[in-house]
Amino acid sequence: MTRRVAIVGAGMTLFRRRLLETGKELCFEASRAALDSANLDASDIEAVVLGSAPDAFDGLHMKGEYLLDGAGASNKPYTRVYVGGGTGVFTPIAAWWHVASGLFDVCLAVCEEKMSPLYPHPQKAFWSIFDHTLERPLGVNLVWIFALEMRRYMHKYSISEEDIAQVAVKNKRNALDHPCAQLADRITVDDVMKSEPIVWPVKKLDISPPSDGAAAVILASEEVARKITKDPVWIDGVGWNLDSTYWTNRELAYPQYLENAARMAYRMAKVENPRKEIDVAEVYDPFDYKELHHLEGLQLAERGKAAKLTSSGATERNGEFPVNPSGGLLGVGNPIAAAGMMKICELFWQLRGEAGKRQVKRDARTGLAQAWGDLMQFSSVVVLRSR
Amino acid sequence: MVYSGIGISPQDVANSRYLTVPYSANLRYRWSTGAAVGRFLAELKNGKIVGRKCDKCKRVLVPPRMFCERDFIQTSKWVYVQDAGIVDTYSISYIAADASRLEKPLIVAVIRLDGTGEAGILHILGGIEPKDVMIGMRVKAVWKPKRRRVGAITDIRYFAPAGDAK
Repeated sequence: MTRRVAIVGAGMTLFRRRLLETGKELCFEASRAALDSANLDASDIEAVVLGSAPDAFDGLHMKGEYLLDGAGASNKPYTRVYVGGGTGVFTPIAAWWHVASGLFDVCLAVCEEKMSPLYPHPQKAFWSIFDHTLERPLGVNLVWIFALEMRRYMHKYSISEEDIAQVAVKNKRNALDHPCAQLADRITVDDVMKSEPIVWPVKKLDISPPSDGAAAVILASEEVARKITKDPVWIDGVGWNLDSTYWTNRELAYPQYLENAARMAYRMAKVENPRKEIDVAEVYDPFDYKELHHLEGLQLAERGKAAKLTSSGATERNGEFPVNPSGGLLGVGNPIAAAGMMKICELFWQLRGEAGKRQVKRDARTGLAQAWGDLMQFSSVVVLRSR
Repeated sequence: MVYSGIGISPQDVANSRYLTVPYSANLRYRWSTGAAVGRFLAELKNGKIVGRKCDKCKRVLVPPRMFCERDFIQTSKWVYVQDAGIVDTYSISYIAADASRLEKPLIVAVIRLDGTGEAGILHILGGIEPKDVMIGMRVKAVWKPKRRRVGAITDIRYFAPAGDAK
């Protein structure tokens, strides 16, 4: 039997293309902000889980160990987890099992990314995630595989580039109200269509920017959580799943591994009809098409129908089913692991009614956060409830 | 709770407004190709594409592997497959691996090879303009001349529209 676990505090830093602060400093600031929000001190933290993406960005091997001091983890049980872009939502899952298992009562989960050290563009580091024998000699870059997936998705369900661009418009606009946002803007579908092609169908405004930043939450067991705050946000369901690395051997139009991860989380949270029971979702959106693709994998939209849901206005912040009210990765920025954790922070604030100008209009009691990564093969899903 | 960091612009770096520490790594690697892909590369040198058959799910696996990751058993035999297939999906890359702009865009595709079921490989399309590419079109490998093949995926120069295209 697992114990019930809640989030009791959250904090994050500014997201920017390059920040003066080092990774350690960013970890410290996000962790300190999370501690302060829960009126806790580092001595209250029994264990720490840290998430950060490829070491190649920093040019630092053993990045987990390097960041340890900034995470307040020296002389404590400490683990770094890494599942590519999915890290940000997997880190609180790993922290969840630290507490749910009964091993610890209070655990800090912090995610950090500094993509700026590698210049002129961090893109080059992604080269090392590809198969050295069969893929790298072709000159592969990371955007290739997403453009291939986007094109396949468009083909299978007859979705246009304009349909997809609506997501970038919505999320960048939502980000105008986020104090940490890097690329908040008022843009139009036409702006997206006319932006520079990177790897068609992916254009410049379809894609989230590289960023520096950090975000953190504090998890506590039920009994302790109720002492820390009157408004704990419960982690009622967690799920994760990986498909094969042989990504050219499967249908890219539908993320089956995400459906598997979502069903795992829904089963745990006793969610029977996700579309009716999830009030607000922070869905992974490093590219605009991914929000649609993920809504479908999450069973929050029918296959091929997420674009229609977006056109209807339902997923706007004031809509009946707000998706990425934070502004998402497209608007707030994409410091990889920290971006996923930003989504967890957003739901913590939304479900407590503390999201300020970003607060969704509808009464939100149940939220879902999701992230995605590796070679288009991994997803992590968390279901949160305010009671 | 939010911490306001200090953003640094490219101009700040250029003007040394904040100090930075430059470094470049130069690491050299020599990778083993493995039992399955090693043979695959050797066959490419002969102008042939080879896969491995799984007796349980009946798939012919390309790229080949000595085990089927779904059934988790050893694959049973080598099977030659056609060097032709259909375009499953494609994209047009305007950037190189380091995000610099390419002079001439590259057409990238997943090609589902004939006789394999669902096995696709990542490669490049040639002999066709980007605007003429369609999902579902038939393509065939264009090989480097035999003497220039080295046992690499690039022994296939690219896939081009097949002569038998409708």
